[in-house]
Amino acid sequence: MSTRSKDEIAAAIARDIAATHPDGAYVNLGIGQPTLVADHLPPGSGVVLHTENGMLNMGPAAHGDDIDPDLINAGKVPVTELSGASYFHHADSFAMMRGGHLDVCVLGAFQVSAAGDLANWHTGAPGAIPAVGGAMDLAIGAKRVWVMMTLFDKQGAPKIVPECTYPLTGLGCIDRVYTDQGTFEVGAAGVRALELCGISAGELAARLAPLTPSVA
Amino acid sequence: MTARVCADHDAAVAGTPDGATVLVGGFGMAGMPVDLIDALIRQGAADLTVVSNNAGNGDTGLAALLATGRVRKVICSFPRQADSWVFDELYRSGRIELEVVPQGNLAERLRAAGAGIGAFFTPTGAGTPLAEGKETREIDGRVHVLEYPIKGDLAMIKAHVADRMGNLVYRKTARNFGPVMATAAATVAVQVDRVVDAGGLDPEAVVTPGIYVDRIVSAEPEVAA
Repeated sequence: MSTRSKDEIAAAIARDIAATHPDGAYVNLGIGQPTLVADHLPPGSGVVLHTENGMLNMGPAAHGDDIDPDLINAGKVPVTELSGASYFHHADSFAMMRGGHLDVCVLGAFQVSAAGDLANWHTGAPGAIPAVGGAMDLAIGAKRVWVMMTLFDKQGAPKIVPECTYPLTGLGCIDRVYTDQGTFEVGAAGVRALELCGISAGELAARLAPLTPSVA
Repeated sequence: MTARVCADHDAAVAGTPDGATVLVGGFGMAGMPVDLIDALIRQGAADLTVVSNNAGNGDTGLAALLATGRVRKVICSFPRQADSWVFDELYRSGRIELEVVPQGNLAERLRAAGAGIGAFFTPTGAGTPLAEGKETREIDGRVHVLEYPIKGDLAMIKAHVADRMGNLVYRKTARNFGPVMATAAATVAVQVDRVVDAGGLDPEAVVTPGIYVDRIVSAEPEVAA
């Protein structure tokens, strides 16, 4: 049993979006790694991608002659439009988030607490320039907010923690965390592993202590 | 006052006073009114507060305005980018103030200013450092934060086509902040790719009605009537 690559994590998220929303879903993928999820959505999933800068039914990245500087995604990467796309202004785009109209949002994270608090916008380090973008709106607005991240940071410290030490993005907003070492539910009932990859239940408990994750 | 088609970009930003709050459209470079920004640089207003999603990319557009040192404060959601070196240097050397606003609050605070809404409660940011010191209220079991409008003295936006009534249509994701900023400033200047006569836009497809627009300037030379 080995750990999962970024693409394998993205594939697991894509699979679960399709499984939990068999009739299609409106989905926002945060900038960075979550955008990989789009590459793994099964054909005919009915998923409509929302981009915060004002578009529904966004298509894949644009290349060559298809690049249009007026058609970009939230990461400012040139993209394409699919049949049935629509454009709208920023207040409408964020009303879609804040008004609870998006089914799933996938975000990156520095830390997620056992209760589902999210920290993903600012390290708080001296000299760091804070930049929040749409993270706080997505965190509180989508019906389901999932995180895609590594389970441990480069120093080996867990990123699922009793309390976030980085500045918060939102309180109690995350329900599921997809990592290289497994998929976890967080929330009022604490941390529950749905699936483990490359780590035993014993090692997980040792490295997440004092958290006491349950294993499904 | 109905919209006026200006002879050039300088006329569209004329009279901007020192200390003005300037709303600048665009998300990155998409929808950024670069020609109006260049005109504002020539016009020379200083001690400005700039409201925009980002804090400049590369060395043109908003970044060029920041580089003049005439911007006292930036209100934006996402200043830090791979190519925001002009802002980064000003910020790190303490020569510019920054107010970071969640992107949805930025859009909604502009919308509130344009719609005559005195303030609104939203769950965005509750419990985070960006809500510190702000009034909160529990509504339907959830903590909400009180947010106030952002009103501009001047809005500079980019649209695709205007008619002579000031009605606007935009292009793809370059629409972004244009329609809300157009409602939220005392004077609204719009740079467009072209101007058509009244009747040249489908009324059903107009995105920004002309009542919000004051000054229009076209990238294409005016055709003599």
